[in-house]
Amino acid sequence: MSKQYKLVSCTINGKQVEKMVDVRASLTDMLRDDYRLTSVKKGCEVGECGACNVIIDGECFNSCIYLAVWAEGKEILTLEGLAGPNGEISDIQQAFIDEAAVQCGFCSPGFIMSAVEILEAKREFSDDEIRKLMSGHLCRCTGYENIFRAVKKTMLRRLGKEKEALEV
Amino acid sequence: MYVGKKVTRVDAYDKVIGRTKYTDDLCDKSAYIARVVHSTIAHGRVVSIDTSEAEKIPGVVKVFTCFDLKEKHYFPTAGHPWSTDPGHQDVADRLVLTEEVRFYGDDIAAVVAEDEVSAAQAVRAVKVEYEEYPFVLDVQEAMKDGAPQIHEEYPNNILKHTSIRKGNYEEAIKEPGLTKIEGWYDTPTVQHCHIENFICYAEMEGDRITVVASTQIPHIVRRVVGQALGIAWGKVRIIKPYIGGGFGNKQDILYEPLCAWLCMQLGGHLVKLDVPREDTFVSNRVRHAIRSHIISWVRPDGTYAARKLEAYSDQGAYASHGHSIAAKGAGAFPQLYPCDNVEADAYTVFTNKSVAGAMRGYGIPQAMWAVECHTEDVAAKLHIDPVEFRRKNLMPVGYIDAFSKNELYDDTFNQCLDKAMETIDYKRKFKEYQNQTGDIRRGIGVAVFWYNTAVWPISLETSSCRMVLNQDGSLQVQLGETEIGQGADTAYTQMTADVLGVPLEDVHVVSCQDTDVTPFGTGAYASRQTYTAGFSIRQTALLLKERILKYAHELTRMPPYNLDIADGSIVRTTDGRKLMTLGELSTEALYSLTNSQHLSAESTAQIKSNAYSFGCTIAEVEVDIPMCKVKLIDIVNAHDAGTLINPALAEAQVHGGMSMGIGYGMSERLIFDKKTGRALNNNLLDYKLSTFMDHPRLKAVFAENTEPTSAFGTKALGEPPACSVAPAIRNAVYQATGVGVNDAPVNPHNLFRRFTEEGLI
Repeated sequence: MSKQYKLVSCTINGKQVEKMVDVRASLTDMLRDDYRLTSVKKGCEVGECGACNVIIDGECFNSCIYLAVWAEGKEILTLEGLAGPNGEISDIQQAFIDEAAVQCGFCSPGFIMSAVEILEAKREFSDDEIRKLMSGHLCRCTGYENIFRAVKKTMLRRLGKEKEALEV
Repeated sequence: MYVGKKVTRVDAYDKVIGRTKYTDDLCDKSAYIARVVHSTIAHGRVVSIDTSEAEKIPGVVKVFTCFDLKEKHYFPTAGHPWSTDPGHQDVADRLVLTEEVRFYGDDIAAVVAEDEVSAAQAVRAVKVEYEEYPFVLDVQEAMKDGAPQIHEEYPNNILKHTSIRKGNYEEAIKEPGLTKIEGWYDTPTVQHCHIENFICYAEMEGDRITVVASTQIPHIVRRVVGQALGIAWGKVRIIKPYIGGGFGNKQDILYEPLCAWLCMQLGGHLVKLDVPREDTFVSNRVRHAIRSHIISWVRPDGTYAARKLEAYSDQGAYASHGHSIAAKGAGAFPQLYPCDNVEADAYTVFTNKSVAGAMRGYGIPQAMWAVECHTEDVAAKLHIDPVEFRRKNLMPVGYIDAFSKNELYDDTFNQCLDKAMETIDYKRKFKEYQNQTGDIRRGIGVAVFWYNTAVWPISLETSSCRMVLNQDGSLQVQLGETEIGQGADTAYTQMTADVLGVPLEDVHVVSCQDTDVTPFGTGAYASRQTYTAGFSIRQTALLLKERILKYAHELTRMPPYNLDIADGSIVRTTDGRKLMTLGELSTEALYSLTNSQHLSAESTAQIKSNAYSFGCTIAEVEVDIPMCKVKLIDIVNAHDAGTLINPALAEAQVHGGMSMGIGYGMSERLIFDKKTGRALNNNLLDYKLSTFMDHPRLKAVFAENTEPTSAFGTKALGEPPACSVAPAIRNAVYQATGVGVNDAPVNPHNLFRRFTEEGLI
């Protein structure tokens, strides 16, 4: 079978882009290979580990089980797009640093993207809800504890609950 | 001073903005893609391989089979230092591709293609004809006469058997009034599940080969690639970038030799070998499943008269780390609860299953499962409080091990137990949960652990360090000890800054190891990085400081002994005056027209010591008896790891180990089909790694007793947190229900069987 290609036009990290991609390629492959956005990690390539998560039109997806051609017309955000225009990092990235929520760092980009989705909901989730919302990610280094702290503290701070954040 | 402070990880910023480069991120897109063809039988011989259909697939470059291996260079894979004594060398039983199949998933051929899809298609199109032999999956079956023989040179499939004898067990058990308590305790095969699968790529430059690999042990990989290819070790260059976790799986030589061999067959073309998750479970390494039999003879006052252990360790198909794991576990047995009369026998046995190697804890999680389940059983039988029973029998302060010369200097066990009990409100809960009835019951359980830091005197302990001063007074630090996510680079930065007297931000630890450039070191294992590197960092920093002060003397005419370095400046100690910054000195040194010097230092520390690391876990559970389900309610680990170099990273390290222990105790198990030997749940969906939802808040507390053998007062913390968690959970379930589950994990399958046996359901 000869390879088939299709033009995919989309917005990646705020920039309008287009490229011919192999119709069999996953969005992970397109982002990593064609756009060199290597924060998008491959841990299982079948939607089990969450290391490849990116935000598509405001919703977090496993990019490894999302075909590249489906990205046509979509707005995609990867970890590389999270920092501000002058390189300033977001509150959730800073929280991952402050709470020692990063170890080997391989799962971190995916976790941060899911955290972004949770925080964008602009509401207070219970501990159990946070755990459930983050449970599509696997991490073998952190035991999830400090990731939980980072997400919950950032959520509370965004809601103006600085005092409660200190108690997490 | 930075040691002892919660300094931010030096690599955290890059990791949260996504610019940290791991192996796959560095590989050029021109790479050919290699995929391994694995055997689909458990035991036999490859008769023929038909590659014609596979090679017709567009994009396929070439298919190599075991029959293409012209020279057979057998190599060992254990990430141990090489021994110049042949009697102590690891077993060399692997080939890059093998005709003899010893497990379902053995490496018999490799496909090289231009892209991943063609490579995957080609793997499926390779046709293999086998001659099948009978196979054996169970250790006890494998030891029987007439069992299928997996390696000719090991009768009854026993790779090794070691014994420990102390006192006279047979005589001691004749003492009147003793109670005999006996049990069998079983641990499952589990896998490391680092989120980055093993990956490497190789290319040639001149007549040398470079392999970039996700490994914990670059200098060991260099030696083994040389051995496996039959080429001079100096012709091999290994580069280790950031890695996405290792946990011992990457303390083994995995596919670096095969990738290098494929590259050489293709004229040195860049070849990448990226292992799929499903293959990681089966064809990398797993944790040894160990079945232990313990007999204790106990006096009415709760002291041990005699004890006996037999441990049977499932090696799988090849030797890898071999007997070291079972031996370490058995070695803990007479030390943790000393007794005058002990017999311990450990057997490591080949089976036709995935190869077992190093995994966080190196035999101790298995040993602690057996010993601490058994300890609970003994206390229960004697109606003694389980904590008091442990306190009474645990290694006493001042205990010295005759072999390692390790000493228990402090009242560590009692301190750890006290701290953990207070944190989790143990006494109240233990009392409250006594004698419950009903379907839903709660329980709280304790387990302790023993762990040795580093491997002296069993093996070489060495660390080498290089420090180079820059024009601005900052410096590069290089070590053979590797950052694998644990935070080693940050600890090294703190240590260097303290000894040299420079600000933290002036210390640049070079994270990447490149065997052409990095000083020799054996890498990340045995929870040795902070302990061993500490010696060479201290020694090298002092050497560099001496050179700097000598140069300062020439510039200032002040005697060197009246000079010191503080906060990055040369300071006169007599009046505290700052004479110049290190940057000013260094710039002068490098550009001087009269006395130009490149200020650097390099040294090797050989470490002839080892340290005990101890701690405990207390777990609280809720058991739903009809549902055979356990919910973990609360859990705490207490550790004595000596002085904590970085308390925030130490706590994080403990969390990760606890999580691995929770999986080990409650859900993880790699299952093999009895009819075929095939792994049935080799993916992250069916293999139950604990998730965000399976954990309560994880609590870590520390008893910081400065370790006197250590350069910075520190000792093992990498592996210890995974050692006592599973038996603590089991013992909590025991308190809740009165039922001891001796086969890990305590999952619904095992609970259903046990509750049925005990008449609870």
